[in-house]
Parts: sequence; structure tokens; C-alpha cells
Amino acid sequence: MTDPVYVTDALIAEDIDAYLEQHQQKSLLRFITCGSVDDGKSTLIGRLLYDSKMIFEDQLAALEADSKRVGTQGQEIDFALLVDGLAAEREQGITIDVAYRFFTTEKRKFIVADTPGHEQYTRNMVTGASTADLAVILIDARKGVLTQTRRHSFLAHLIGIKHIVLAVNKMDLVGYDKAVFDRITLAYRAFASEIGITNFTAIPISGFKGDNITALSDNTPWFKGPALIEHLENVEIGSAADEGKPFRLPVQWVNRPNLDFRGFSGQLASGKVRPGDAVRILPSGKTTTVDRIVTLDGDLDEAVAGQSVTLTLADEVDCSRGDVIAAADAPPEAADQFEATLVWMADEAMIAGRAYWLKLATQSVSATIQQPKYEINVNTLDHLAAKTLELNGIGVVELSTDKPITFEAYGDNRTLGGFILIDKLTNATVAAGMLHFSLRRAQNVHWQATDIDRDMRAGLKNQRPALLWFTGLSGSGKSTIANLVEKKLHRMNRHSFLLDGDNVRHGLNRDLGFTEADRIENIRRVGEVAKLMSDAGLIVITAFISPFRVEREMVRSMLPEGEFIEVFIDTPLAEAEKRDVKGLYKKARAGQLKNFTGIDSPYEAPENPEIRIDTTAMTPEEAADLIIDRLLG
Amino acid sequence: MLSSDLQTKSLELTHLDRLEAESIHIMREVMADAVKPVMLYSVGKDSAVMLHLARKAFYPSPPPFPLLHVDTTWKFQAMYELRDRMARESGMELLVYQNPEAKERGINPFDHGPLHTDMWKTEGLKQALDLHGFDVAFGGARRDEEKSRAKERIFSFRTASHGWDPKKQRPELWNLYNARKAKGESIRVFPISNWTELDIWQYIARENIPIVPLYFAAPRPTVERDGLLLMVDDDRFPLLPGETPVERSVRFRTLGCYPLTGAVESEASTLSEVIQEMLLTTTSERQGRIIDKDGGDASMEKKKQEGYF
Repeated sequence: MTDPVYVTDALIAEDIDAYLEQHQQKSLLRFITCGSVDDGKSTLIGRLLYDSKMIFEDQLAALEADSKRVGTQGQEIDFALLVDGLAAEREQGITIDVAYRFFTTEKRKFIVADTPGHEQYTRNMVTGASTADLAVILIDARKGVLTQTRRHSFLAHLIGIKHIVLAVNKMDLVGYDKAVFDRITLAYRAFASEIGITNFTAIPISGFKGDNITALSDNTPWFKGPALIEHLENVEIGSAADEGKPFRLPVQWVNRPNLDFRGFSGQLASGKVRPGDAVRILPSGKTTTVDRIVTLDGDLDEAVAGQSVTLTLADEVDCSRGDVIAAADAPPEAADQFEATLVWMADEAMIAGRAYWLKLATQSVSATIQQPKYEINVNTLDHLAAKTLELNGIGVVELSTDKPITFEAYGDNRTLGGFILIDKLTNATVAAGMLHFSLRRAQNVHWQATDIDRDMRAGLKNQRPALLWFTGLSGSGKSTIANLVEKKLHRMNRHSFLLDGDNVRHGLNRDLGFTEADRIENIRRVGEVAKLMSDAGLIVITAFISPFRVEREMVRSMLPEGEFIEVFIDTPLAEAEKRDVKGLYKKARAGQLKNFTGIDSPYEAPENPEIRIDTTAMTPEEAADLIIDRLLG
Repeated sequence: MLSSDLQTKSLELTHLDRLEAESIHIMREVMADAVKPVMLYSVGKDSAVMLHLARKAFYPSPPPFPLLHVDTTWKFQAMYELRDRMARESGMELLVYQNPEAKERGINPFDHGPLHTDMWKTEGLKQALDLHGFDVAFGGARRDEEKSRAKERIFSFRTASHGWDPKKQRPELWNLYNARKAKGESIRVFPISNWTELDIWQYIARENIPIVPLYFAAPRPTVERDGLLLMVDDDRFPLLPGETPVERSVRFRTLGCYPLTGAVESEASTLSEVIQEMLLTTTSERQGRIIDKDGGDASMEKKKQEGYF
């Protein structure tokens, strides 16, 4: 077999225009390489770059010098040094993050996600795999199928990668023994079918020596191919399953240069579209037809999955970012409760009941997750009972969103089924998720329409309902001031109700403890009760420490705009501790009370409370008057 | 056979199509959360491609953000000409920022070494971003340029002091970008992260994108200094005793400040010839730049942590 590199060189030198013409028609394959720390992953990638001439002379000179200085291959070139980027990891000799590499052959351009193999970095592998069409699973021929191999294969399958290559590496170290290769392939096949991988391609290689990388090696005459590159060049990308899928375009941006033009910009998630096609806008369900497919290069007759375009519609229908334009006769569903697989990616564990931002395609909603149904042990694939998910934990959960989202099962459509969760406070991406299906409950529990509405109830009482939400440290004076406020309101013939933290825990919430999840549920229930009472027309007063900003914001979002009034009883910790009316600080300091706000659990002060009471500057009486002034004034 | 071939064809986009669609998607996604975005425009070929993609992403609207050129006053004359022309043609506002302190102290590449880049570019960029309060800045960096770039995210977060922490990057899954940020934080977005130098050239050829003529070989006055061929672009170039500019047929593979950018001797005067030369060449793109080398091995990573783009 001719070395492809020379063919290319000749064409470049002789007829550059022919070469460019040919290369413009190349397709793109994205793949990941996974293996454990010393399966030779970086070496393999370095080798791919080297063999496809992506390394220049100056880089090569630097590589040779580095190889001698810090390399692990003696006097020979250590290809791994080409790809191990960041300074810190170069010293440790390991890859710590997802890195992307590029090389090109005559047939294809390749983007390689280099993902680390050690235990704590499931997160990185899932990240790298999410954009990959193919996975190369590396196995050290001397070691065979290891726990890591199983984990990587499971993750690749979980993320929906259809093409798996089993690269049995370091064949040079086992004397290019066919029996070793066959044994490993057989063992892998047994495991793969267990997890649902029906098809894979096994190739015996040596990344270090270059066997079966670009061309078949004389060292393995028993192997009939294909060589790794050859396989990567020929594997079909647009899988047959994607053809014939209905058209979907999540709207990213509404394009309005002037009053006469209104276009909807986005990238086709599946299918194709032509002018004149009947489409449905989700979630409104309105139908219309596509008028034009507008691009800078002129209007298109057709756009296909993967293209970024701008559509204009025949009718003036409401459509904005987050909506999905879909084939009218095969629209996706909308729902607000789902089962999903979550991969937890943050150091801080998942908190059941807490609201996170959920981003799916171009939709952003607030979502709460329930305690996992089970966690999956990625090494044994066992299902384990779990209360939460920690960093790198994978589990199946039920989640609900604050409004319906347009979706498809991840297995049918990655774009409309894959999502991320974002922490509302730190803005960190904390999880990746894949929707399985919607839980029908949302559609079956209907709102019962009642004839007497909240305005009528409030009107009868001659008042505007409101929720005065007191927050502050233990001993800050919340209950005292709240009590005074209610007494004054009562004297003024206002109908009120004071929900006190301690009292609620004796009844409604007596099943809840003081863990973070329970505290959140405590606040959620109080919020729901307060909402019902304000629907009844009451002025509701609550006095809870409610230390977390996210939970207070959750309650705020339950109520009509303007009805949630956050009252921050601002007493410095030292002052509250000095008062210590219930002796709790003393106990907490002595270690007898765990998770005590201000001591070993944080208090997140409101950033913009409607009312702030500085208890070091006014008496409870004055505070109560000020609050009533602001409420009724 | 033929009909199924055609069918596959319509579904299988070429690599340039896929790269283009991805970059456009990224730019539009930025508009969802950005308060005040800006596009950093350095006038080089990568900037040219990025600007072209922006025009495509938002057509028929002009791109909904201004261009920002962090100027060092030491760019090639031809760069200033193309910069002004492209701003006019794209209908975008062009903001030019020059660090007033560097200006006042007369910082220049001949007398001040690394301080020149630090003050004009790194400091200048921070000052410009702070001055206008930009919360998102598009940059034309590519992952194939340099090893530490290979690991940077497409949405790269900077602290209020513009620092970069390679260990605190947000995972980027599928094509979902989390652009939420706290007050004071900003994001650098690299829409052409996944393009290689060859992709850039091919796309320039395919789309007929205007680039600075310095990329093409022509007779130019040059002197050889410290192993680099430098072009004497204006009369601020201090000639050493015995140095006389020699006319050589040269071109540039990257463009920066003219006293810091080495030319290569070349006869490649058309786009295909330039690509041909690039493909047959044996030295990497950034070789002609001094900036990557000071500080040794991890110098670019260090610069990024300090706030360099």
C-alpha cells in the first residue's frame, strides 16, 4: 500500500488547484479517544498528527528536545509531549482536561477530543463524547479489558455514540501475537453486548511504533484491515437513522433589521426544510408555511440538518427565542415533567428539591430534580439507591420544569433531548442530562377553574394581598418584629396570617429535618401555603431564617409580580450571638448543633430586599411601623 | 445507486459547511445572554474570517455589535487600510483603542521588548473592555494554534480582573453554551476554535474574503535581524549601523506589529500559491512571532492567565 502522505504531497506540488478542489469536498469526523492513563492515548494522537504531517519542523525540533528532557521513551520521540498541553499536567505526566486536536487526510478532516482516563474525570469524557461521531477505546494489549474500558464504553454508549473502535494498543509489547488480540476482542464483545453495543471494529495497533495506523503493518500479517486511519476515513457519519427525520429548528435569534423583515435564525436540529413547507411553531402550536430561507449568499431552495439559516414565515405568527419551528404534521411534544439520566459535573453534590436553570436547545427554564430513582455504578453497571449525585455520579432522576419545554427523547434527537443544568448562584454548569420521556402526570392534573377568583376574595376584605417574607439569622428579631407587625395590622382591621418557622415544623413540616434538602422542602411547602393564603386574600407574614437566596427567589416566582416583599432583618452575627435568646448559638459553638446558620452553614443575605431593617439602629416598634408604612403606603 | 448517492450528499455537509454552521450558531447564541458584546478585530486572516461569519450569522441585519481594534500604533500600514475598509463595508461601528499610558511613555517594540506587548496589547485590551463595559468579546483564536489553546473552551470565562483559570472552566456539552455570569465577570468567545490554518485559507478562497495584501508575496524592503526578516514599513524603523533595507520578495504568515513579525521569502503571490506553500512548508505558523517564545515553554498559557487574549 502506498503511503497516502506522498500522494498528497505530489498533488500539492503539481496541481494545487486540483488539490484544493478535492479538499473542499471533504467531510468532517469528530471522534474521541478514551483509555486509562497509560494506555498510550496521547502517544496515539501524537502519532496521528505526525503521520498526517500536522507537525512542523520547528515543533518537531522542540519535540525531540523535550523528549530527551522530560520524555518517558528514553532517547526516542515521545509523541505524548505533542498533545499534553497545560504546564501543570506536563509536570505530572498526565492529561487533565478535554483537549481538541485536528488533522486531515485526503478524504476527511478530523477533530479529536482527547479525554482523560482516570477515575475522577467522567465529566471530561462525557463532555468530549457529546460532540463525537465515533469513539476509539484504547486497550493495553498486555492488560486486556479493564474496569476503565468498561466505564469508557458505557459512557460512550450512554451519550449515544454509534461507532465504536476497539484499538488494542502496544501490540509491539506482546510480540504482535494474534492470540492476544483475539482473546481481548472476544472478552470485549461479551461485555459490549451486555451494555447494548451491538457493533464495533477491533484493530491491533502500536501508537508508538506506528503499526496499523495509516497502513496495514507487516508485523500483523494475520490482520486483514482496515488500518485505523482507513477506518476513520470511511466510516459513515450521517447515520441512516437520521435520514427521514422530521424537520426541527430551535429558534436562536429573531432577525429584525427593519419593519419589513422578520426572520427566525437557528441551526437545523434534524430533517430538512424548503420554502412552502407547512410548519408548526412550538409551544404555541400555530401553523404557517416557510416563505424563504435567507442567507448572505442568496436564498436557498433547501436547508438540511446541521445548517445555520434564517427562515421567514408566510404569516405573522408569534415566534421568539426558545420556540421550535417543526414540520407541521410531525411536531415534537411539550411537557414539564420528565425522567432523565443525569451526569453530575460539579464538586458540590446535587440537591434534591433545589431549583436549577435547565438549558435545552435554546430554551432556558427553571427545573427541580427529585431524589434519584437510582445511581449507576459505572464500573459494575449496578443500580444503587442514592439520595443525591456527587461529582462524576450518574443517575436516573425525575425532574420538573416551571413551564413546559419542547423536547424529544435523547435517543431520537440529541439537540432536543440533551440538556445542561446550571447553578443559579454560581452560574456553574453542574450537570449534563438526557431526557428519556415525559411523565404523563403533568397532563392529567388539570387546574380546576373556580368562579370566585383571588381579586374578588381580596376585594371583599378591602385589601391587597401580600407576602411579607422575613429573613435573617437566628435571633435576629424576625419573630418579634413579625408579631408586632401582625398586631398592628389586626388593629387596622387587616386580615392577616403569621406563619412561624417553629410552629410549622410542629405540624405540616414535622417530617422534615435540617439537612439542606429538607430545609429546601420546608421553604417550598411554606411558599405553597403562603401562596394559597394570599389567593384567599390575606396578608401573609412569614418568619423563617431561609438562608438560601435561591429558595427565597423560588417563593418569589410563585407569587404574582409585586406581592412578594422580602424583609431583611439585618442583625450582624456577633449581635445575634450576643443576644442568643434561645441559647442555640452556644450549643452550635459547642458542636452540639450541626448545620447551624451563621456557624457552620452559610447565610446568603438578600442583595436587593424590598425592606431592610437594621436592628442595631431601631427598636422593634419602629421597625414594625416602617414595614407597615411600606406595605400600605 | 446514483439517487442514494445524491441523497447522502444533501445530508452530508462538507467540513467547511459544518465549521461555518457551528461558528454561526455560536455567535447567535452569544446574543441571547450578552448585554454588551464586542468583536475583537485584529485585521489578520482569522479576524477576516470571523468578521465574514458574523455578517453571515446576522444577515440581513448588520452584526449587532461593534468591532474593537486594540491598536499598538505599530501595525503594518496595509492593516490600517483594510481595517477601515472592512468597517465601512460591514456597516459596523469601529472602535480603536490605544493605551494612553503606553502612548505617553512612548512604548515601542525596539526599546521595550516584552513590555511593548504587555502594555499595548494585554493592558490595552483590559482597559478597552473596562472603558466600554463589554461583557462578551469575540476573539479569533484557534485551538490548533498552540497547545494551551487546545484546551480552552469556546466560551471562556474571565474574572473581573480578566484572569483565566484553566482549572475552572465550564464543561461544554453538545452545542449548549452556558453564558450566565456574575456581575463584573466577562466572557471571551472563540467562534472559530475548531478551525485549522488550512480551513481558514480554504474558506478565504471559497468565500472570496478580502485579506491584507501582505499575506501575498511582493518585493518589500526588509532587513535581517536576530534570525527574522523584518519589513521596514515606515521611517520609525531604527536601522543599526551597517544595516540597509534590502528588497526581497516576501510575504507574512501571521500579522502583528511590523517590528515583531518575521516575513518569509516567497514567490507565492496568489491564494492557491500561498496555500500550496503553507502545505509544503516545514515550519509552524507562530514561528514568525516573538511573543510565544519569551518565558519559555508555557509562555502563552501564562499570558492568558494574566489576561492576554
